[in-house]
Amino acid sequence: MELINIKGVNKRYKNGVTAIYDLNIRIKKGDFVFVIGGSGSGKSTLIKMLYREEKPTSGQIVIGGINVAKLRNSKVYKLRRRLGIVFQDYRLLPKLTVYENVAFTLEVIGTKKSEIKRRTLKAIELVGLKAKTRNYPDQLSGGEQQRVAIARAIVNSPKLLICDEPTGNLDPDMSMEIVKVLDNINKTTGTTIIMATHDKDIVNKMKKRVLVLKDGRLVRDYEKGKYDNEAI
Amino acid sequence: MKLFRMFGRSIRDAFKSVIRNFSLSIASISCISITLIVVAFSLIASSNVNNFTTLIEKDVTVVVFLNRDITEEGLKTFENELSKIDNIASSEYKSKEQSKNEMMKESDLFASTMGEWSEEENPLKDSYLIKVKDIEKIKTTAASIKDLENVEVVDYGEGMVEKLISAFSLIEKLSIVLVLILILVTVFLIINTIKLTIFSRKREISIMRLVGASNFSIKTPFVIEGMIIGALGSIVPIIVVIYGYLAIYNHFEGQLFSPLIKLIKPTPFIYQTAFVVLIIGIIVGMMGSARAVRKYLKV
Repeated sequence: MELINIKGVNKRYKNGVTAIYDLNIRIKKGDFVFVIGGSGSGKSTLIKMLYREEKPTSGQIVIGGINVAKLRNSKVYKLRRRLGIVFQDYRLLPKLTVYENVAFTLEVIGTKKSEIKRRTLKAIELVGLKAKTRNYPDQLSGGEQQRVAIARAIVNSPKLLICDEPTGNLDPDMSMEIVKVLDNINKTTGTTIIMATHDKDIVNKMKKRVLVLKDGRLVRDYEKGKYDNEAI
Repeated sequence: MKLFRMFGRSIRDAFKSVIRNFSLSIASISCISITLIVVAFSLIASSNVNNFTTLIEKDVTVVVFLNRDITEEGLKTFENELSKIDNIASSEYKSKEQSKNEMMKESDLFASTMGEWSEEENPLKDSYLIKVKDIEKIKTTAASIKDLENVEVVDYGEGMVEKLISAFSLIEKLSIVLVLILILVTVFLIINTIKLTIFSRKREISIMRLVGASNFSIKTPFVIEGMIIGALGSIVPIIVVIYGYLAIYNHFEGQLFSPLIKLIKPTPFIYQTAFVVLIIGIIVGMMGSARAVRKYLKV
């Protein structure tokens, strides 16, 4: 069963720069996939197109039955409710506590209060931050903040978790910890995870599927890959 | 049920965010307060100008002098004919005896000469004091009264009244335009202040979009917040309106410079004005937020 089907996608920005050429990717449900590539490889553009921050110029992106490429601006929320997104810079709300940040996702989509509490606490527990529920983001380390962001991303039980360089701001130990959290989520809940990264150690250790992008093209697709320096 | 829950959340979030972004809220509130005070003052001024011009317009009287040798019957026909003319609000008969007595009261000189007149010798004429409904048609009304039988003279201060009317209607129009311009300026000022508030929360809005909030549910708390800020911003202007106007009214004892220019009685006028100010504040705050947040919903 495939969750993501990318067919013949091209992306050309308004300033004339073409970021993606004829991209074809299929990703199965429950997979853990790394996307690697240097700067300017189109990695970020691909990730952004997955959550419809950018629209492809041509081609099709179908995620769980939704044609993302044709999604209207006012309907984007329907896609986003099925996704979890984690960024390099965490993007937490500084004035909300850990609990409130995680609960935020459920609140904005109108979940019942009792349900919010149950699911929020479960997500916080899953990322191992039970002791810091009442803290504010600036009282946490970078790794902890990223774990809050992950909890926020998975609290709505999404089918797909998109991570855009989630370890980019973290030291190696913390990075490994974050990836372990993600791996744990992938294994226990069966959530499909796509992670853009340029962290060699992580990719080499995890032995997952690796997609290598270069100059807007998919140049390698390893089933149990390693960080391929030459391809990049 | 879900919609109700979302609405409840919006109201709660709006209050929370007013408190959490306290310094920016204070900035918006003071901006709204200051401009609303100006709006309130121009509202009070223009209402008062309108009030006293209508009062003066109501005071304009058409005096009709009748023929000296008019009979009882002629008087009746005249009254009958007069009642057929539209635009007449009221009419009051004044006999020459009454006129004489009134004039005698005015000065001793009149009293001594007029006191000697017998009823037959009285050179004054019976008259009618007539008030019109629409002062702008006073000229035609006066002309049709003049056409009636037994009418000798019709006097309403021709020329003077017309000038007064055109001056007043100009003042009225100007004051309305001024109030409208002031309200417009307020709207722009407030929109910009609220834009500033919302700009500082761009991040929050983008995160809301990312986690799957619909545009409607993002907008609602901001719009409610704008309403709260507008309402809070109108508190000071309302106090200024109520106590300021009372103070002015009492200080001038209800009239400006001469008994001709009467100020509007404070109740219920100040409460009406306060209510208008509150409504303007709320609407303007709401519109400002809605416009400002729209920009960030296009990602």
